[in-house]
Amino acid sequence: MKAVTKAYRPISWPTKGSGGDTGSWRAHRPVVDHKLCTKCQFCWVYCPEAVIDRKEITIDYQYCKGCGVCAVECPTGAISMVKEED
Amino acid sequence: MATSIKKLPDNEQVLSGNGACGGCPATMALRMVGKALGPNAIMLLTPACAVASMGMTPRLGYNWPCINITFASAGSSASGISHALEIMKEKGRLQGELPTVFSWVGDGGTYDIGFQALSAAAERNENIIHFCYNNEAYSNTGVQRSGATPRGSFTTTTPTGKSQPKKNMALLMLEHNIPYVATATVAYPGDLYDKVVKAKSMRGTKYIEILAPCYLGWQFDMAETVQLSRMAVRSGAWLLWEAENGRISFNNPTAQIISGKKAPEPVDEYLLKQGRFSHLLKGPDARERIAAIQSDIDREIAFMRERAKIVI
Repeated sequence: MKAVTKAYRPISWPTKGSGGDTGSWRAHRPVVDHKLCTKCQFCWVYCPEAVIDRKEITIDYQYCKGCGVCAVECPTGAISMVKEED
Repeated sequence: MATSIKKLPDNEQVLSGNGACGGCPATMALRMVGKALGPNAIMLLTPACAVASMGMTPRLGYNWPCINITFASAGSSASGISHALEIMKEKGRLQGELPTVFSWVGDGGTYDIGFQALSAAAERNENIIHFCYNNEAYSNTGVQRSGATPRGSFTTTTPTGKSQPKKNMALLMLEHNIPYVATATVAYPGDLYDKVVKAKSMRGTKYIEILAPCYLGWQFDMAETVQLSRMAVRSGAWLLWEAENGRISFNNPTAQIISGKKAPEPVDEYLLKQGRFSHLLKGPDARERIAAIQSDIDREIAFMRERAKIVI
């Protein structure tokens, strides 16, 4: 009998990117201006995708869907939405 | 005081790159729920957006054991699992703290289709947490009317606006005499976190309802998800309260509205930001239709104010 490895069982395992590279859905890219950022973590708490690093306030563009919630919620206006080029 | 953002724990139970829409309020709320519950939990999902958000086999977007169940069975399946865990512990097949059993269900699986099983589970006071993320329509199947849809709202099955008000599901659950009932929304993550922590520490059926403004169903710009959620609370269209053992207490900013310290904002701005209410502006009776929605909200505020005074 063929050995059944973890990958062939009909069970899903928690993995990042279960919907694919969701960054390709993005029309606008959030860009953080670190000079204005006060690290209040509002963007981190409201990000539905958990792509914002809490300490450094950097964004994982591989998975960010570009919803723009972070840019609207940022109290200092440090995040701006820039149109994707391609 | 609600827990401040900087004190929230680091663990992430919702993984990046899941199948949810950008700006999805359900995953936004589930992240906060995950922080409060921790990894030791079992998640049950009825057909809803949350199932579609899990992603594609063999990958899973949530960092918990997940069970997909039928639409009507959130209450009964959760009861069964919670019983099974207790028996396993009794027989010595499970060590340590028992996992929290919780269902993550939309408003369809709570208000309409799942109500019977949920009501029965609450009456038996099973040891479960039932979360209802309420986007006020069947958004997963293309926005149909549900019991949570407010008066005047456009859905594909109510093209000229729903003519009935929504029902107060959280209060219905309170009347089942369960130990904990709460309402929350995504704009107040600290408040939501505290409520889930409190629910986790209690035994018996706990019900938490989370208002989730769905940009697709409500027809607004997806970046304004949190803004809409905040406006709903400030206008009184959504009330933040919790009830421990039948005693209702209100949370800010709803507490200020209920006590009369602050008047609720007029509902117009909240309504007109949403495309689903845009037909309210058309026709000669536009003012009256907005007034009907305002009177629904005023009635709910007045009713909850009086209901909270009953402490027996």
